Parts: sequence; C-alpha cells; structure tokens
Amino acid sequence: MRSQSTESESSATDAAALRATDAAGPRATDAAADDAVKNATSSGATDGHRAVDVQGVSRVFSGRKGASVTALDDVSLTVAPGEFVSLIGPSGCGKSTLLRLIADLDEPTAGQIQVFGKTARQARIDQAYGIAFQQAGLLPWRTVSGNIDLPLELHRVNKAARKARAAELLELVGLSDFAAHYPDQLSGGMQQRVAIARSLAESPSLLLMDEPFGALDEMTRERMQNELVRICGETGAAVVFVTHSIPEAVFLADRVVVMSPRPGRIRDILSVKLGDTGERGENLREEESFFHAVSQVRELLHGESPNSESPNSESPNGVRGVETR
Amino acid sequence: MTAESRLVARPGLGLARTALAPIVLGVVVVLLWQWAVTALAIKPFILPGPFAIGEQFTTNIGNVLQGMAVTGWNSLVGLVVGSVIGIVAAIIAALIRVLDEIAAPIVAALAVVPIVALAPVLYTMFGAGAETARQIVAGLAVFVPVYFNTLRGLRQVRPVHRDLMRSYAASRWQATRTVTLPTALPFVFTGLRIASSLAVISALVAEYFGGPVGGLGRAITSSASSSNYGLAWAYVLGSIILGLLFYCAAIGLEKLVTRRPGG
Repeated sequence: MRSQSTESESSATDAAALRATDAAGPRATDAAADDAVKNATSSGATDGHRAVDVQGVSRVFSGRKGASVTALDDVSLTVAPGEFVSLIGPSGCGKSTLLRLIADLDEPTAGQIQVFGKTARQARIDQAYGIAFQQAGLLPWRTVSGNIDLPLELHRVNKAARKARAAELLELVGLSDFAAHYPDQLSGGMQQRVAIARSLAESPSLLLMDEPFGALDEMTRERMQNELVRICGETGAAVVFVTHSIPEAVFLADRVVVMSPRPGRIRDILSVKLGDTGERGENLREEESFFHAVSQVRELLHGESPNSESPNSESPNGVRGVETR
Repeated sequence: MTAESRLVARPGLGLARTALAPIVLGVVVVLLWQWAVTALAIKPFILPGPFAIGEQFTTNIGNVLQGMAVTGWNSLVGLVVGSVIGIVAAIIAALIRVLDEIAAPIVAALAVVPIVALAPVLYTMFGAGAETARQIVAGLAVFVPVYFNTLRGLRQVRPVHRDLMRSYAASRWQATRTVTLPTALPFVFTGLRIASSLAVISALVAEYFGGPVGGLGRAITSSASSSNYGLAWAYVLGSIILGLLFYCAAIGLEKLVTRRPGG
C-alpha cells in the first residue's frame, strides 16, 4: 500500500485500503491492515508511533483579576492506532478541553502532546485527524456534498476526486439520496451523519469527536452509535470520543477514560472491549458484560472505590446497570 | 418549500393578497384625496389634487424621465462606489483589529455628519457644473450603513465554524472566503437595502444646494418657485418611483445572490 500515489489517486487508494481492512477482519488484531490505512492517508502517519500521546498536560484558564480555573491537571493518556477511547466525566472535568488540546484548537499550559509522533500543531497542519463536534457545524449555504468536500476543497484536491470522495462518504453514512439537499432540510441525526462524513473526508487515522450525539434523541443516538462502530471498523481509525453518557462510552470504546472535575484529572481507565467491531451490534446492549461495564464506569464516576480486579457481578449492582442513560 | 407549494396550490388567493389589496387601498386613498381637495376647496399651493398631479406627470413625462435619469445616475454611481468602499473597508477592519479601533471614531463621526450639508462645500471643490459633488454625497451616505452592517456581519461567525477552519489549517483568506463572507452576506444586503434608498434621497436633496440643472431635485425647487405646484408634485412622484426602483433592485440582487442553485 506504500505506492507512490498522486494526490488525486489518494482517495481511491484509501478506499482500497479500507476495504482491505474490512476484509482482513477485526481492526485491532490486524496491525498490517492498520498500517496500510495509515500509510495511505495524506497525513503520512509514521509507523511505530502512538496515535495520541498526552504527557503531563495541564491547562489553566486565567480569568479576570487573577482568578484562574484549572481545567486539566497533569493528565497523561495514550491512544494506540486503531483504538477507540471514550472520555467520560461530569461537566467541568476537562474532557472537551483535553480533546481540543489534542486537536490543537487550544494550547496546554504545561505538558506535551504528540499525535502520530508529531506535535499537536504539526499534526493539525498535516491534517492528521478529522474532527466532529456536538453541533454538526455544517455550512448552511452549501449542499450536503458541498459540506463534505469542504476540507478537500480547502486542501486543493481536484474537483473530480472531490466528487468521487463525497459520493463514497455519502454512501458510507447512508445519505446518498441527499447529496443535493441543504443542511436545514435534514434532521439533526442526518446533519450529524454529514458532519461525521466530513470528518472522514481525508481518511484520517485519528478521529476526534466531542459529544457528537449529545443533541440527539435516544433512539437516533443508538442508531448512530451502531453506525459509528461500523464506520470505525471500515476505516480503522483511532477515535477519541468525548461523551457524558455511560452506555455510549461503554458500547463504543475499547477503553473508557473516567475523569473527575475541579481540577480535571483522569480517575481511572477501564478496559471494556466488548467484542470486536464485527460482532458488536444491537445484541451487545442486552448482554451481561455490557451492564457490568456500565455499572463499573458508574461506580468510578461516583467516586466509589474502583474495584476492577474482582468485579462483584453477583451483587445487586448489576441491576443498576439497566438504566440506559 | 411548503409555503411555496401553498402559493402554487392557490395562486388566486396569493395574488389577491399580495397585489390586489394594496391596489384597492391606493385607489381608495387617491379618490378620498381628490374628493377632499374639491369638496374642501384646498388651494393648489397647499395640496393639488391627485388628478392634477397625474395630468402634469403625463404631459411632462419626458422631463420627469430625464430628471429621473440624471438623479438616478448620480445615485447609482454613489451607491456602487460607496458600497464597494464600505464593504472593502469593513473586511479590512474585520481582519486587522487595530485598524478597526482606529477607524471606529472616524466612521462614527462620519455617521453623524449631515452629509447633504457638505454639498455646497463640494460644489466649490469640484465646480458647480459637475455632478461629482452629488455622487460623492450619495456615496458618503451609502458608505456608513454598508460599512456598519458588513462589519457586524463579519463578526457573526459561529465558534464551531471557526474551530473547524482552524482544524483544517485553513489560511486566513480561505477562512474569510469560505465562512466569514457567506455568513456576513445577509447583513451586507440589509446594509445595501437601507443604502439604496438613502443614495436616491441624498443625491436628490444635494441638488437643492446648487449644481447643474437637470435632476429631479432642481426640477422640484424650480417648479415650486414658479408656482407650478402640480408639476412640482409630478417630480416628487418621479422621485418616489426612482427610490422604489432602487429599493426593489437591491432586493432583487439579494434574491439573486442568496438563491440556492438547484435548491
């Protein structure tokens, strides 16, 4: 896959790589396919690097009259290529701030952030990541496909390649019939799907998502989660996913990072990994292991002694996990 | 979309509401006016009847049209030049914060200057035989609303769009072109709509202070001073039509530009 593809061909190469990943099987176990995807991207991600490497990062917002708020205090976190990590915590725990720091939309007061072995700033300039926010943030004067090919247009991809890539992504998110529609003609869920398609436009090896389903109703939300699992399986990208929904974090992630507020810190990191992408479906939401992980995360969030070594699954705690929000 | 289809479904009702009702109202007002002038024996120098004005308008239609052409051209030049300068200045002010801070008091001062009162000064500057002074007056009147509205529009970029542009490592110009300007467009057109009628009013009133003969403003003053009140009102009618033309053209341009291709 390390072919000397020209820029116009790169999207086609990516697509081939994506299919290769899909065919090869579960993403986390197939490092070769992962590398293929990474090399095919325009970001030129280097092998042997972590997707995200956050070391001792703090962020202090200085307010007026010397009052300052510590949004993040000495946070360290690594994300492997192709890994799905959820950040969860109450509001004010700095999960969005951490995501913005990784995206270089904000700069840390102290500490180091590397994305695929580069500084966050360089990674942003090299377009190493795709990003989606809680608000879809589509440009209302552009059509759906115009919105999806916005990043490609800004990076001077030629028109034919842009069009092909937009069509491909629309199919991926199931909106092929809406290419010529305008954002305000779509429902909230559809707009968010367009935003996700847009974040995938340049086949990034890292997706940063800041509560992308936060404004959606529960049913749409679950459907979107299923789709995201599928899309991640097809693209093999690493994901950092900020959410405040426990079931969402558990359902989607390989690891759940539980954060606590004032100052924002990582309380614990929980490995969930409830089955590989291919097997992860609607049924998972009914499984014992899902409820178990949900109650574990909940306990961590509420500051009870984290006891991930010997989970007492026989205790009534399992019942509490039935709550879905 | 639904509003459109409703209009299509019952075109008669839509037309009746949008066109017929104002026409009926206008006819009623004109008839009442004519009745009042005749019945109360109002002198023509106070208020001529609408039929008299109409008669003067039709018999002197050539002169009225000529006046409209002269004043209209001055207004158009002022509108175009003033708008272009206003929009460009606003873009520069939005891009370079320091310039905005420097310009703010100057533009505020410009906004409170009775611009039309500059006309006599400008006539001496550019010569009483040239139309330049009037075009400058119109341009100055146009500049202020266009500048302020555009600048306001350029500040409406949503934070999520700003983040998005930063995440794309978009250049300043790219961000301006793809997000800032389209966001500002509705505000620019609000400014242009205000400016369109202001341009006509300023160009016309500037004629009251001297300059070459030929425009509607000079025609109104000269007919009034020769006690030809019907004719003076006919020119006033001409200026109303001219103002409406400019206003409608501004709205038409807005519709044209903000229309969705194929949407």
